[in-house]
Amino acid sequence: MIQLEHLSVDLDEFHLRDVSLSVSENEFFVLMGPTGAGKTVLLEAVAGLVPVQDGRILIGGRDVTHLPPEKRGISIMYQDYALFPHFTVLDNIMYGLHFHRVDKDQRQERKKQLIEQLNLGHLLHRYPATLSGGELQRVALARALIVRPTVLLLDEPLSALDPAFREEIRDALVTLQERSGVTFIMVTHDFSDALSLAQRACVINNGSIEQTGDIADIFQRPTSRFVADFVGMKNCYQVNFRDTKAVIDGIEIETGRTWWRAYGYIAIRPEDVVISKKPLDSSMRNVFEGRIRSVRDKGFFYEAEVLVWNTVFVSLITKSALFDLDIREGVRVWIAFKATSIHLF
Amino acid sequence: MNTRELFFWVMLASAAVIMAFILLPMIQLLTAPSLPMLQKTIRDPDVLRSLWLSIYTSGCAALISFTLGTPLAYLLARTRFRGKGLIESVIDLPIVIPHPVVGIAILSVAGRNHWIGQILSALGIRIMGSVTGIVTVLTFVGLPFYINAAKEGFESVPVRLEKVSRSLGASMLSTFFRITFPLAGRSVLVGAIMCLARAVSEFGAVVIVAYHPMIAPVMIYERFEAFGLKYSQPVAFWLVFLCLVLFFVLRMLTLYRKKGG
Repeated sequence: MIQLEHLSVDLDEFHLRDVSLSVSENEFFVLMGPTGAGKTVLLEAVAGLVPVQDGRILIGGRDVTHLPPEKRGISIMYQDYALFPHFTVLDNIMYGLHFHRVDKDQRQERKKQLIEQLNLGHLLHRYPATLSGGELQRVALARALIVRPTVLLLDEPLSALDPAFREEIRDALVTLQERSGVTFIMVTHDFSDALSLAQRACVINNGSIEQTGDIADIFQRPTSRFVADFVGMKNCYQVNFRDTKAVIDGIEIETGRTWWRAYGYIAIRPEDVVISKKPLDSSMRNVFEGRIRSVRDKGFFYEAEVLVWNTVFVSLITKSALFDLDIREGVRVWIAFKATSIHLF
Repeated sequence: MNTRELFFWVMLASAAVIMAFILLPMIQLLTAPSLPMLQKTIRDPDVLRSLWLSIYTSGCAALISFTLGTPLAYLLARTRFRGKGLIESVIDLPIVIPHPVVGIAILSVAGRNHWIGQILSALGIRIMGSVTGIVTVLTFVGLPFYINAAKEGFESVPVRLEKVSRSLGASMLSTFFRITFPLAGRSVLVGAIMCLARAVSEFGAVVIVAYHPMIAPVMIYERFEAFGLKYSQPVAFWLVFLCLVLFFVLRMLTLYRKKGG
């Protein structure tokens, strides 16, 4: 298990504040957050590559806070893969073994296993400059895993790959993690990567952890305004609670439960907001009349902003719905959403 | 003629002027001495000795700059600290000081009236009029060229490569010798060549510290003063010829390293 206890890092340009986190052995854990949130600094602190001002890092119960990077048993793989350009692929892969006491048979076995698993056999005598993004990534993975680290830190390993290739690499990462038994901690700001790779995650913002937990929980039940925005809950409002209702600017929204505070936030995912031309005859308890304020093309779907009194609700609709319902700026529509789709915090 | 063509011709003309400015005196220098004169000069033991001394002392200066300057260049490339700008300015100081002043400055600390001079004297090290003195002066004037080039070389190596190396189990020292230094090697070699070139061409500071034993530039000056242009040209020819061969070989080495990755 990896435990970070009240970790603080002070760099000239950036600070990590009081970060506490626990990752289980053999877990695939994801760190999420916007650019500049401190994800890479946190990885580097765990790896011993930036000095820690305060707090402790425990790996398997052993305090490694003040150990140099080479003594921690933690490999790191960066977004740009950082392969050694003056070494061939084979030399890159074998590099770490120069510094570990591994007998010859073991070396050969590890080499063979990783080369097979990552399909690197035909690349061994090539230099990194001649490899594609996916090949570079596989070499970097082999290089990081050949030393059998306790933990592998991956800093946005998929972001430089072309989208068609990402899914294949995601599967490869999961397989590799399961087979190697190594704990993977991966930085990403891509939700689909997080959802398909890990069970648990944490969201970092401005050097502090905002939320840790099950990925589904983070997406469905954010605990702060920042996380709600970050995970795409575009309908996030500060409200006053009255019985089972949340009141925003004159609109009463039925939440279906009472909240323990008089004020707080509600959040509704845009895909849970349904647009119709007439009031929907359904079990949905929140139905409001409004006017389309804007419609934006988001590639595979459209994002419509509906103004209800003075409050804007965002809804995602398909192209066919856009034309069928004649949704355009200024058109009067009805929006509806279930009480159960409202998240309170 | 449109503006684009005019611009092109102005560029070309300025390039031609500069090339002529550099090459004409050099061509004149290299073609002026007759072949018998060149043969006679190169058989002269004094000339041979001075040419060898120039190459030897400059090589020593480059080697000392490499040994002492590499750690400093790495430190400057990889760390940020208060006063770094000041240290960089101090390193550049030998470039801006007039050369005879460098000689005088070195003599003033190496003389009997200074505690450093007294220590050197006690150790039997003589600066004034010695090969040691020449190497000291040449190192002084060549160091900035080496340090600046090596620093740029180290800066060009991504820090992430070093971090990955450390995470794979390499110590700082192993990382330096296996990753950073080989990748910055070309800049380091260029720095050493620059340092060597600067040292070979030094005259003003050496003439103050050690007129004798005579390095080639001092001999050229002496022959010019005593016998005139005609007698100084052949020595100059051989010095330039030697330098060109040396730099050509070193340049080839850097190109080879570049191609080799």
